[in-house]
Amino acid sequence: MIDQIDLSMVDWARAQFALTAIYHWLFVPLTLGLSFLVAIMETIYVKTGNPEWKKITKFWMILFGINFAIGVATGIILEFQFGTNWSNYSWFVGDIFGAPLAIEGIMAFFLESTFIAIMFFGWNKVSKGFHLTASWLTAIGASLSALWILVANAWMQSPTGMEFNPDTARNEMVDFWEILFSPMAFNKFLHTISNGYVIGSIFVIGISSWFLLKKRHILMAKRSILVAAIFGLITSIFLVGTGDGSAYTVAQSQPMKLAAMEGLYEGEAGAGLVAFGILNPDKKPGDGEDAFLVKVQIPSLLSILGYRNTEAYVPGVEDIVNGGYKPWFEKIPVEEKEMTYSVAQKIEKGKLAISALRDYKTATRAGDSILAKISQKKLQENFNYFGYGYLNNPESVIPNIPLTFYSFHIMVFLGFYFILLFIVMLFFVNRTTLEKKRWLLWISLWTIPLAYIASQAGWVVAEVGRQPWVIQDLLPTVAAVSMIDTNSIRITFWIFAGLFTALLIAEVMIMVRQIKIGPKEGGSK
Amino acid sequence: MTVGRKLWAIIIIKIFIIFAILRLFFFPDFLNSKSDTDEGKGDYVREQLINRN
Repeated sequence: MIDQIDLSMVDWARAQFALTAIYHWLFVPLTLGLSFLVAIMETIYVKTGNPEWKKITKFWMILFGINFAIGVATGIILEFQFGTNWSNYSWFVGDIFGAPLAIEGIMAFFLESTFIAIMFFGWNKVSKGFHLTASWLTAIGASLSALWILVANAWMQSPTGMEFNPDTARNEMVDFWEILFSPMAFNKFLHTISNGYVIGSIFVIGISSWFLLKKRHILMAKRSILVAAIFGLITSIFLVGTGDGSAYTVAQSQPMKLAAMEGLYEGEAGAGLVAFGILNPDKKPGDGEDAFLVKVQIPSLLSILGYRNTEAYVPGVEDIVNGGYKPWFEKIPVEEKEMTYSVAQKIEKGKLAISALRDYKTATRAGDSILAKISQKKLQENFNYFGYGYLNNPESVIPNIPLTFYSFHIMVFLGFYFILLFIVMLFFVNRTTLEKKRWLLWISLWTIPLAYIASQAGWVVAEVGRQPWVIQDLLPTVAAVSMIDTNSIRITFWIFAGLFTALLIAEVMIMVRQIKIGPKEGGSK
Repeated sequence: MTVGRKLWAIIIIKIFIIFAILRLFFFPDFLNSKSDTDEGKGDYVREQLINRN
Protein backbone atom coordinates (compact mmCIF):
# COMPACT_ATOMS: atom_id res chain seq x y z
CA MET A 1 0.00 0.00 0.00
CA ILE A 2 2.91 2.32 0.63
CA ASP A 3 3.57 2.27 -3.10
CA GLN A 4 0.05 3.58 -3.66
CA ILE A 5 0.64 6.68 -1.58
CA ASP A 6 1.05 9.74 -3.72
CA LEU A 7 4.46 11.01 -2.64
CA SER A 8 3.66 14.45 -4.00
CA MET A 9 0.87 14.53 -1.39
CA VAL A 10 3.45 13.88 1.34
CA ASP A 11 5.72 16.53 -0.11
CA TRP A 12 2.92 19.11 -0.35
CA ALA A 13 1.84 18.38 3.22
CA ARG A 14 5.45 18.78 4.35
CA ALA A 15 5.87 21.96 2.32
CA GLN A 16 2.71 23.42 3.80
CA PHE A 17 3.84 22.65 7.33
CA ALA A 18 7.30 24.05 6.62
CA LEU A 19 5.86 27.23 5.11
CA THR A 20 3.57 27.80 8.09
CA ALA A 21 6.30 27.05 10.61
CA ILE A 22 8.81 29.32 8.85
CA TYR A 23 6.40 32.26 8.76
CA HIS A 24 5.25 31.63 12.33
CA TRP A 25 8.88 31.65 13.43
CA LEU A 26 9.42 35.05 11.87
CA PHE A 27 7.11 36.54 14.50
CA VAL A 28 7.80 34.44 17.59
CA PRO A 29 11.50 35.08 18.31
CA LEU A 30 11.10 38.85 18.21
CA THR A 31 8.25 38.56 20.70
CA LEU A 32 10.48 36.47 22.98
CA GLY A 33 13.46 38.79 22.77
CA LEU A 34 11.78 42.17 22.69
CA SER A 35 9.55 41.36 25.68
CA PHE A 36 12.62 40.84 27.89
CA LEU A 37 14.38 43.94 26.55
CA VAL A 38 11.28 46.03 27.23
CA ALA A 39 11.07 44.62 30.77
CA ILE A 40 14.75 45.42 31.38
CA MET A 41 14.34 48.98 30.06
CA GLU A 42 11.27 49.52 32.20
CA THR A 43 13.16 48.21 35.23
CA ILE A 44 15.80 50.89 34.62
CA TYR A 45 13.03 53.48 34.36
CA VAL A 46 11.45 52.38 37.64
CA LYS A 47 14.86 52.25 39.37
CA THR A 48 16.09 55.64 38.09
CA GLY A 49 12.79 57.50 37.68
CA ASN A 50 14.29 59.05 34.55
CA PRO A 51 11.45 59.81 32.06
CA GLU A 52 13.81 59.27 29.11
CA TRP A 53 13.79 55.55 29.99
CA LYS A 54 10.00 55.58 30.05
CA LYS A 55 10.04 57.04 26.55
CA ILE A 56 12.52 54.39 25.42
CA THR A 57 10.48 51.60 27.01
CA LYS A 58 7.27 52.78 25.37
CA PHE A 59 8.87 53.04 21.95
CA TRP A 60 10.11 49.44 21.96
CA MET A 61 6.87 48.30 23.58
CA ILE A 62 4.93 49.63 20.59
CA LEU A 63 7.16 47.66 18.20
CA PHE A 64 6.73 44.60 20.42
CA GLY A 65 2.95 45.13 20.26
CA ILE A 66 2.94 45.35 16.46
CA ASN A 67 4.90 42.13 16.16
CA PHE A 68 2.75 40.37 18.76
CA ALA A 69 -0.54 41.47 17.20
CA ILE A 70 0.42 40.38 13.71
CA GLY A 71 2.06 37.12 14.77
CA VAL A 72 -0.52 35.99 17.31
CA ALA A 73 -2.51 32.89 16.32
CA THR A 74 -0.33 32.12 13.30
CA GLY A 75 0.81 28.98 15.14
CA ILE A 76 -2.74 27.68 15.50
CA ILE A 77 -2.68 26.84 11.79
CA LEU A 78 -0.04 24.22 12.52
CA GLU A 79 -2.53 22.52 14.80
CA PHE A 80 -5.18 22.59 12.06
CA GLN A 81 -2.73 20.79 9.82
CA PHE A 82 -2.16 18.06 12.39
CA GLY A 83 -5.85 17.20 12.34
CA THR A 84 -6.30 17.35 8.59
CA ASN A 85 -3.02 16.49 6.88
CA TRP A 86 -1.32 14.47 9.61
CA SER A 87 -4.17 12.58 11.22
CA ASN A 88 -2.28 9.29 11.62
CA TYR A 89 0.44 11.15 13.42
CA SER A 90 -2.03 13.10 15.59
CA TRP A 91 -3.71 9.91 16.68
CA PHE A 92 -0.47 7.97 17.13
CA VAL A 93 1.06 10.58 19.48
CA GLY A 94 -2.03 10.49 21.66
CA ASP A 95 -1.95 12.69 24.73
CA ILE A 96 1.79 13.28 24.57
CA PHE A 97 1.42 16.11 22.13
CA GLY A 98 -1.98 17.17 23.44
CA ALA A 99 -0.98 17.62 27.08
CA PRO A 100 1.86 20.11 26.57
CA LEU A 101 -0.21 22.09 24.06
CA ALA A 102 -3.19 22.19 26.42
CA ILE A 103 -0.95 23.47 29.21
CA GLU A 104 0.41 26.07 26.81
CA GLY A 105 -3.08 27.23 25.92
CA ILE A 106 -4.40 27.36 29.46
CA MET A 107 -1.44 28.61 31.42
CA ALA A 108 1.14 30.41 29.36
CA PHE A 109 -1.09 31.95 26.70
CA PHE A 110 -3.57 33.37 29.20
CA LEU A 111 -0.78 34.55 31.49
CA GLU A 112 0.90 36.27 28.57
CA SER A 113 -2.29 37.80 27.18
CA THR A 114 -3.54 39.08 30.53
CA PHE A 115 -0.31 40.84 31.34
CA ILE A 116 0.13 42.21 27.84
CA ALA A 117 -3.18 44.03 28.33
CA ILE A 118 -1.86 45.60 31.54
CA MET A 119 1.43 46.39 29.84
CA PHE A 120 -0.24 48.33 27.04
CA PHE A 121 -3.27 49.86 28.64
CA GLY A 122 -2.20 50.16 32.26
CA TRP A 123 0.48 52.89 32.14
CA ASN A 124 -1.55 55.48 34.02
CA LYS A 125 -3.99 53.07 35.65
CA VAL A 126 -1.79 50.86 37.81
CA SER A 127 1.25 51.58 39.97
CA LYS A 128 4.75 51.59 38.49
CA GLY A 129 5.64 48.43 40.36
CA PHE A 130 2.55 46.59 39.21
CA HIS A 131 3.11 47.66 35.62
CA LEU A 132 6.72 46.51 35.78
CA THR A 133 5.59 43.16 37.18
CA ALA A 134 3.15 42.82 34.28
CA SER A 135 5.95 43.52 31.80
CA TRP A 136 8.17 40.86 33.34
CA LEU A 137 5.32 38.35 33.48
CA THR A 138 4.58 39.04 29.81
CA ALA A 139 8.19 38.19 28.99
CA ILE A 140 8.19 35.10 31.18
CA GLY A 141 4.77 34.06 29.82
CA ALA A 142 6.03 34.36 26.24
CA SER A 143 8.94 32.05 26.99
CA LEU A 144 6.66 29.64 28.86
CA SER A 145 4.39 29.52 25.79
CA ALA A 146 7.39 28.39 23.81
CA LEU A 147 8.33 25.79 26.43
CA TRP A 148 5.39 23.48 25.82
CA ILE A 149 5.51 23.38 22.04
CA LEU A 150 9.27 22.83 22.23
CA VAL A 151 8.81 19.98 24.70
CA ALA A 152 6.43 18.38 22.21
CA ASN A 153 8.90 18.93 19.38
CA ALA A 154 11.74 17.49 21.47
CA TRP A 155 9.66 14.39 22.14
CA MET A 156 9.31 13.90 18.38
CA GLN A 157 13.10 14.12 18.04
CA SER A 158 13.75 11.77 20.94
CA PRO A 159 10.59 9.94 22.07
CA THR A 160 10.59 9.00 25.74
CA GLY A 161 8.28 8.56 28.73
CA MET A 162 5.52 6.75 26.82
CA GLU A 163 4.13 3.31 26.03
CA PHE A 164 2.36 2.25 22.87
CA ASN A 165 -1.13 0.84 23.45
CA PRO A 166 -1.99 -1.60 20.63
CA ASP A 167 -5.69 -1.53 21.60
CA THR A 168 -6.04 2.17 20.86
CA ALA A 169 -3.09 2.51 18.43
CA ARG A 170 -1.90 5.43 20.54
CA ASN A 171 1.13 6.25 22.59
CA GLU A 172 0.26 6.90 26.20
CA MET A 173 2.23 9.10 28.51
CA VAL A 174 3.66 7.15 31.44
CA ASP A 175 6.12 9.72 32.76
CA PHE A 176 5.32 13.40 32.24
CA TRP A 177 8.52 14.52 33.97
CA GLU A 178 10.68 12.32 31.76
CA ILE A 179 9.16 14.05 28.74
CA LEU A 180 9.45 17.53 30.26
CA PHE A 181 13.01 17.12 31.48
CA SER A 182 14.45 15.01 28.70
CA PRO A 183 17.91 16.31 27.70
CA MET A 184 16.54 17.01 24.22
CA ALA A 185 13.67 19.13 25.59
CA PHE A 186 15.94 20.94 28.04
CA ASN A 187 18.46 21.96 25.39
CA LYS A 188 15.91 22.66 22.70
CA PHE A 189 13.96 25.01 24.94
CA LEU A 190 16.98 26.94 26.15
CA HIS A 191 18.60 27.08 22.73
CA THR A 192 15.42 28.26 21.03
CA ILE A 193 14.43 30.94 23.51
CA SER A 194 17.95 32.30 23.75
CA ASN A 195 17.89 32.53 19.97
CA GLY A 196 14.82 34.73 20.37
CA TYR A 197 16.66 36.92 22.88
CA VAL A 198 19.53 37.35 20.44
CA ILE A 199 17.15 38.29 17.61
CA GLY A 200 15.47 40.84 19.87
CA SER A 201 18.85 42.34 20.76
CA ILE A 202 19.97 42.55 17.13
CA PHE A 203 16.64 44.12 16.19
CA VAL A 204 17.04 46.83 18.85
CA ILE A 205 20.67 47.48 17.89
CA GLY A 206 19.81 47.57 14.17
CA ILE A 207 16.91 50.00 14.52
CA SER A 208 18.86 52.16 16.98
CA SER A 209 21.73 52.26 14.50
CA TRP A 210 19.31 53.57 11.89
CA PHE A 211 18.38 56.41 14.26
CA LEU A 212 22.06 57.20 14.69
CA LEU A 213 22.57 57.17 10.93
CA LYS A 214 19.68 59.62 10.62
CA LYS A 215 21.01 61.64 13.58
CA ARG A 216 17.67 61.34 15.36
CA HIS A 217 16.92 60.36 18.96
CA ILE A 218 20.62 59.85 19.63
CA LEU A 219 20.35 59.43 23.39
CA MET A 220 17.54 56.89 23.06
CA ALA A 221 19.43 55.00 20.37
CA LYS A 222 22.66 54.79 22.35
CA ARG A 223 20.92 53.74 25.55
CA SER A 224 18.97 51.11 23.64
CA ILE A 225 22.15 49.81 22.03
CA LEU A 226 23.83 49.59 25.43
CA VAL A 227 21.01 47.50 26.94
CA ALA A 228 20.61 45.32 23.84
CA ALA A 229 24.34 44.74 23.40
CA ILE A 230 24.75 43.59 27.02
CA PHE A 231 21.64 41.40 26.88
CA GLY A 232 22.61 40.12 23.43
CA LEU A 233 26.18 39.30 24.45
CA ILE A 234 25.07 37.36 27.54
CA THR A 235 22.33 35.47 25.70
CA SER A 236 24.46 34.77 22.62
CA ILE A 237 27.17 33.19 24.80
CA PHE A 238 24.40 31.19 26.45
CA LEU A 239 23.19 30.31 22.94
CA VAL A 240 26.59 28.80 22.15
CA GLY A 241 26.43 26.76 25.36
CA THR A 242 22.95 25.43 24.65
CA GLY A 243 23.98 24.78 21.03
CA ASP A 244 26.77 22.62 22.39
CA GLY A 245 24.22 20.82 24.58
CA SER A 246 21.99 20.33 21.55
CA ALA A 247 24.83 18.81 19.52
CA TYR A 248 25.52 16.41 22.38
CA THR A 249 21.90 15.24 22.59
CA VAL A 250 21.71 14.95 18.79
CA ALA A 251 24.79 12.71 18.84
CA GLN A 252 23.05 10.40 21.33
CA SER A 253 19.55 10.34 19.80
CA GLN A 254 19.98 11.28 16.14
CA PRO A 255 23.45 10.26 14.92
CA MET A 256 22.31 10.51 11.29
CA LYS A 257 21.44 14.17 11.80
CA LEU A 258 24.88 14.85 13.28
CA ALA A 259 26.55 13.08 10.34
CA ALA A 260 24.47 15.18 7.90
CA MET A 261 25.27 18.40 9.78
CA GLU A 262 28.96 17.68 9.25
CA GLY A 263 28.81 15.98 5.83
CA LEU A 264 30.43 12.97 7.50
CA TYR A 265 29.99 9.90 5.29
CA GLU A 266 32.61 7.65 6.85
CA GLY A 267 32.89 7.57 10.63
CA GLU A 268 36.11 8.19 12.45
CA ALA A 269 37.56 8.29 15.94
CA GLY A 270 38.72 11.73 16.96
CA ALA A 271 36.57 13.31 14.23
CA GLY A 272 37.19 16.94 13.38
CA LEU A 273 34.60 19.67 13.03
CA VAL A 274 34.32 21.30 9.61
CA ALA A 275 34.89 25.03 10.15
CA PHE A 276 34.45 25.74 6.47
CA GLY A 277 33.66 23.38 3.64
CA ILE A 278 32.19 23.01 0.17
CA LEU A 279 30.47 19.68 -0.37
CA ASN A 280 31.14 17.57 -3.42
CA PRO A 281 27.76 17.78 -5.24
CA ASP A 282 28.35 14.41 -6.97
CA LYS A 283 28.99 12.52 -3.74
CA LYS A 284 26.80 9.46 -3.15
CA PRO A 285 26.91 7.24 -0.06
CA GLY A 286 29.25 4.31 -0.57
CA ASP A 287 30.89 5.57 -3.79
CA GLY A 288 34.26 6.13 -2.11
CA GLU A 289 34.48 9.70 -3.46
CA ASP A 290 35.63 12.56 -1.27
CA ALA A 291 32.65 14.26 0.40
CA PHE A 292 34.21 17.72 0.11
CA LEU A 293 35.73 19.81 -2.65
CA VAL A 294 37.33 22.03 -0.01
CA LYS A 295 37.30 21.87 3.76
CA VAL A 296 38.99 23.36 6.78
CA GLN A 297 38.67 21.20 9.89
CA ILE A 298 39.28 21.69 13.60
CA PRO A 299 40.81 18.40 14.77
CA SER A 300 38.84 16.21 17.23
CA LEU A 301 36.23 18.89 17.89
CA LEU A 302 33.28 16.90 16.53
CA SER A 303 34.16 14.00 18.85
CA ILE A 304 34.33 16.41 21.76
CA LEU A 305 31.03 18.11 20.87
CA GLY A 306 29.20 14.83 20.28
CA TYR A 307 30.69 12.60 22.94
CA ARG A 308 32.87 14.77 25.22
CA ASN A 309 35.97 12.81 24.30
CA THR A 310 38.75 13.63 21.86
CA GLU A 311 39.00 9.98 20.75
CA ALA A 312 35.27 9.19 20.52
CA TYR A 313 34.12 7.45 17.39
CA VAL A 314 31.58 9.48 15.40
CA PRO A 315 29.62 7.31 12.95
CA GLY A 316 29.18 8.60 9.42
CA VAL A 317 26.18 8.27 7.11
CA GLU A 318 27.48 5.01 5.63
CA ASP A 319 28.20 3.49 9.06
CA ILE A 320 24.69 4.25 10.25
CA VAL A 321 23.18 2.70 7.13
CA ASN A 322 25.42 -0.37 7.27
CA GLY A 323 25.53 -0.76 11.08
CA GLY A 324 28.16 -2.92 12.74
CA TYR A 325 29.88 -0.25 14.83
CA LYS A 326 29.88 0.25 18.57
CA PRO A 327 28.25 3.53 19.54
CA TRP A 328 30.22 5.70 21.93
CA PHE A 329 28.53 6.41 25.22
CA GLU A 330 30.51 7.74 28.10
CA LYS A 331 28.94 5.61 30.79
CA ILE A 332 29.27 2.24 29.06
CA PRO A 333 32.73 0.76 28.40
CA VAL A 334 33.32 0.07 24.71
CA GLU A 335 33.73 -3.70 25.21
CA GLU A 336 30.29 -3.96 26.83
CA LYS A 337 28.47 -2.24 24.01
CA GLU A 338 26.55 -4.05 21.36
CA MET A 339 27.10 -3.57 17.66
CA THR A 340 24.51 -1.35 16.06
CA TYR A 341 22.02 -2.83 13.65
CA SER A 342 22.13 -1.92 9.99
CA VAL A 343 19.14 -0.02 8.63
CA ALA A 344 18.21 -3.17 6.66
CA GLN A 345 18.04 -5.09 9.96
CA LYS A 346 16.01 -2.29 11.52
CA ILE A 347 13.60 -2.41 8.58
CA GLU A 348 13.11 -6.13 9.26
CA LYS A 349 12.46 -5.42 12.92
CA GLY A 350 10.05 -2.66 12.00
CA LYS A 351 8.13 -5.00 9.73
CA LEU A 352 8.03 -7.53 12.57
CA ALA A 353 6.54 -4.87 14.86
CA ILE A 354 3.89 -3.93 12.32
CA SER A 355 2.94 -7.55 11.63
CA ALA A 356 2.77 -8.12 15.41
CA LEU A 357 0.29 -5.24 15.62
CA ARG A 358 -1.77 -6.90 12.89
CA ASP A 359 -1.60 -10.28 14.66
CA TYR A 360 -2.51 -8.71 17.96
CA LYS A 361 -5.63 -7.13 16.51
CA THR A 362 -6.65 -10.36 14.77
CA ALA A 363 -6.09 -12.34 17.96
CA THR A 364 -8.06 -9.97 20.19
CA ARG A 365 -10.93 -9.95 17.72
CA ALA A 366 -10.92 -13.75 17.70
CA GLY A 367 -10.64 -13.89 21.49
CA ASP A 368 -7.30 -15.70 21.28
CA SER A 369 -5.60 -14.38 24.42
CA ILE A 370 -2.45 -16.50 24.04
CA LEU A 371 -1.72 -15.29 20.50
CA ALA A 372 -2.59 -11.75 21.61
CA LYS A 373 -0.02 -11.97 24.40
CA ILE A 374 2.68 -13.38 22.11
CA SER A 375 1.97 -10.69 19.51
CA GLN A 376 2.04 -7.93 22.09
CA LYS A 377 5.41 -9.16 23.38
CA LYS A 378 6.78 -9.25 19.84
CA LEU A 379 5.46 -5.74 19.25
CA GLN A 380 7.07 -4.43 22.43
CA GLU A 381 10.39 -6.07 21.62
CA ASN A 382 10.52 -4.44 18.19
CA PHE A 383 8.62 -1.24 18.82
CA ASN A 384 11.77 0.93 18.92
CA TYR A 385 12.11 0.17 15.19
CA PHE A 386 8.40 0.45 14.32
CA GLY A 387 8.84 3.27 11.82
CA TYR A 388 11.56 1.48 9.89
CA GLY A 389 8.93 -1.00 8.73
CA TYR A 390 7.58 1.66 6.35
CA LEU A 391 10.88 2.31 4.60
CA ASN A 392 11.49 0.85 1.18
CA ASN A 393 15.27 0.89 1.28
CA PRO A 394 18.05 1.61 3.80
CA GLU A 395 19.06 4.86 2.07
CA SER A 396 15.63 6.30 2.96
CA VAL A 397 17.03 7.27 6.37
CA ILE A 398 19.51 9.73 4.85
CA PRO A 399 18.26 13.32 5.03
CA ASN A 400 19.13 16.06 2.56
CA ILE A 401 22.81 16.40 3.44
CA PRO A 402 23.71 19.64 1.58
CA LEU A 403 20.71 21.49 3.03
CA THR A 404 21.45 20.25 6.56
CA PHE A 405 25.20 20.85 6.28
CA TYR A 406 25.03 24.39 4.88
CA SER A 407 22.19 25.43 7.20
CA PHE A 408 24.17 24.24 10.20
CA HIS A 409 27.32 26.06 9.15
CA ILE A 410 25.50 29.27 8.26
CA MET A 411 23.83 29.20 11.68
CA VAL A 412 27.10 28.61 13.55
CA PHE A 413 29.03 31.20 11.54
CA LEU A 414 26.36 33.84 12.07
CA GLY A 415 26.10 32.95 15.77
CA PHE A 416 29.77 33.80 16.32
CA TYR A 417 29.44 36.89 14.13
CA PHE A 418 26.62 38.13 16.39
CA ILE A 419 28.85 37.75 19.46
CA LEU A 420 31.53 39.80 17.75
CA LEU A 421 28.98 42.46 16.80
CA PHE A 422 27.72 42.74 20.38
CA ILE A 423 31.30 43.14 21.65
CA VAL A 424 32.12 45.78 19.04
CA MET A 425 28.92 47.72 19.76
CA LEU A 426 29.64 47.61 23.49
CA PHE A 427 33.14 48.87 22.82
CA PHE A 428 31.93 51.86 20.82
CA VAL A 429 28.63 52.70 22.49
CA ASN A 430 30.20 54.39 25.48
CA ARG A 431 32.44 56.50 23.28
CA THR A 432 31.32 59.48 21.35
CA THR A 433 32.64 57.92 18.16
CA LEU A 434 29.79 55.47 17.55
CA GLU A 435 27.74 57.97 15.53
CA LYS A 436 30.76 58.51 13.28
CA LYS A 437 31.23 54.81 12.56
CA ARG A 438 28.66 54.80 9.81
CA TRP A 439 29.97 51.54 8.35
CA LEU A 440 29.32 49.84 11.69
CA LEU A 441 25.84 51.33 11.94
CA TRP A 442 24.99 50.10 8.45
CA ILE A 443 26.35 46.65 9.32
CA SER A 444 24.21 46.61 12.47
CA LEU A 445 21.11 47.54 10.49
CA TRP A 446 21.71 44.84 7.88
CA THR A 447 22.40 42.27 10.56
CA ILE A 448 18.66 42.19 11.34
CA PRO A 449 17.83 39.93 8.35
CA LEU A 450 20.93 37.84 9.09
CA ALA A 451 19.56 37.13 12.58
CA TYR A 452 16.40 35.73 11.02
CA ILE A 453 18.39 33.70 8.49
CA ALA A 454 20.44 32.15 11.31
CA SER A 455 17.30 31.33 13.25
CA GLN A 456 15.52 29.73 10.32
CA ALA A 457 18.69 27.83 9.42
CA GLY A 458 18.66 26.36 12.92
CA TRP A 459 15.16 25.02 12.40
CA VAL A 460 16.13 23.64 9.00
CA VAL A 461 18.93 21.69 10.71
CA ALA A 462 16.53 20.42 13.38
CA GLU A 463 13.73 19.40 11.02
CA VAL A 464 15.34 18.56 7.67
CA GLY A 465 18.16 16.80 9.47
CA ARG A 466 15.76 14.30 11.03
CA GLN A 467 13.95 13.31 7.86
CA PRO A 468 12.28 10.96 7.04
CA TRP A 469 10.98 10.89 10.60
CA VAL A 470 8.01 12.69 12.06
CA ILE A 471 8.71 10.79 15.26
CA GLN A 472 12.29 9.58 15.39
CA ASP A 473 12.47 5.86 14.47
CA LEU A 474 8.75 5.36 15.15
CA LEU A 475 6.85 7.12 12.39
CA PRO A 476 8.07 8.39 9.01
CA THR A 477 6.22 11.11 7.13
CA VAL A 478 4.87 8.59 4.63
CA ALA A 479 3.00 6.73 7.40
CA ALA A 480 1.98 9.85 9.32
CA VAL A 481 0.16 11.65 6.53
CA SER A 482 -3.62 11.47 5.95
CA MET A 483 -4.97 9.98 2.75
CA ILE A 484 -6.34 13.23 1.40
CA ASP A 485 -6.52 14.88 -1.97
CA THR A 486 -3.21 16.45 -2.98
CA ASN A 487 -5.05 19.31 -4.65
CA SER A 488 -6.67 20.38 -1.40
CA ILE A 489 -3.24 20.62 0.27
CA ARG A 490 -1.90 22.50 -2.74
CA ILE A 491 -4.75 25.02 -2.58
CA THR A 492 -4.33 25.66 1.15
CA PHE A 493 -0.57 25.92 0.66
CA TRP A 494 -1.09 28.89 -1.67
CA ILE A 495 -3.75 30.40 0.58
CA PHE A 496 -1.27 30.31 3.45
CA ALA A 497 1.49 31.67 1.27
CA GLY A 498 -0.78 34.62 0.39
CA LEU A 499 -2.08 35.15 3.92
CA PHE A 500 1.31 35.03 5.59
CA THR A 501 2.96 37.17 2.96
CA ALA A 502 0.22 39.77 3.45
CA LEU A 503 0.78 39.64 7.22
CA LEU A 504 4.51 39.99 6.79
CA ILE A 505 4.12 42.96 4.46
CA ALA A 506 1.67 44.53 6.95
CA GLU A 507 4.15 43.94 9.77
CA VAL A 508 7.06 45.48 7.92
CA MET A 509 5.02 48.47 6.71
CA ILE A 510 3.51 49.26 10.11
CA MET A 511 6.85 48.74 11.85
CA VAL A 512 8.73 50.94 9.40
CA ARG A 513 6.12 53.66 9.73
CA GLN A 514 6.23 53.50 13.51
CA ILE A 515 10.03 53.52 13.54
CA LYS A 516 10.07 56.58 11.28
CA ILE A 517 7.69 58.35 13.67
CA GLY A 518 10.09 57.44 16.47
CA PRO A 519 9.52 57.72 20.22
CA LYS A 520 7.10 60.29 21.51
CA GLU A 521 6.92 61.96 24.87
CA GLY A 522 4.48 59.84 26.83
CA GLY A 523 4.59 57.14 24.13
CA SER A 524 2.71 56.52 20.94
CA LYS A 525 -1.01 55.86 20.75
CA MET B 1 -6.06 55.62 11.90
CA THR B 2 -3.80 55.07 14.93
CA VAL B 3 -1.50 52.09 15.06
CA GLY B 4 -3.63 50.53 17.81
CA ARG B 5 -6.78 50.56 15.69
CA LYS B 6 -4.89 49.25 12.69
CA LEU B 7 -3.57 46.35 14.74
CA TRP B 8 -6.98 45.50 16.13
CA ALA B 9 -8.35 45.50 12.59
CA ILE B 10 -5.58 43.14 11.45
CA ILE B 11 -6.13 40.83 14.43
CA ILE B 12 -9.89 40.63 13.83
CA ILE B 13 -9.56 40.03 10.08
CA LYS B 14 -6.84 37.46 10.64
CA ILE B 15 -8.77 35.56 13.32
CA PHE B 16 -11.85 35.61 11.06
CA ILE B 17 -9.90 34.17 8.12
CA ILE B 18 -8.22 31.54 10.28
CA PHE B 19 -11.23 30.30 12.19
CA ALA B 20 -14.26 31.15 10.06
CA ILE B 21 -12.80 30.32 6.66
CA LEU B 22 -9.72 28.12 6.92
CA ARG B 23 -10.81 26.01 9.87
CA LEU B 24 -14.37 25.60 8.68
CA PHE B 25 -13.88 25.01 4.97
CA PHE B 26 -10.31 23.82 4.50
CA PHE B 27 -9.26 22.05 7.67
CA PRO B 28 -11.88 19.57 8.80
CA ASP B 29 -10.78 16.94 11.33
CA PHE B 30 -9.90 14.09 8.98
CA LEU B 31 -10.61 11.31 11.48
CA ASN B 32 -14.07 12.69 12.23
CA SER B 33 -14.94 11.86 8.63
CA LYS B 34 -13.97 8.23 9.29
CA SER B 35 -15.74 7.60 12.57
CA ASP B 36 -17.71 9.30 15.32
CA THR B 37 -16.13 7.27 18.10
CA ASP B 38 -12.61 7.05 19.48
CA GLU B 39 -12.71 3.31 19.01
CA GLY B 40 -13.59 3.70 15.33
CA LYS B 41 -10.85 6.30 14.85
CA GLY B 42 -8.33 4.03 16.55
CA ASP B 43 -9.37 1.14 14.30
CA TYR B 44 -9.00 3.29 11.21
CA VAL B 45 -5.52 4.52 12.16
CA ARG B 46 -4.41 1.00 13.13
CA GLU B 47 -5.54 -0.28 9.73
CA GLN B 48 -3.62 2.54 8.09
CA LEU B 49 -0.50 1.76 10.13
CA ILE B 50 -0.75 -1.93 9.30
CA ASN B 51 -1.58 -1.58 5.62
CA ARG B 52 0.95 1.08 4.73
CA ASN B 53 3.66 -1.40 5.56
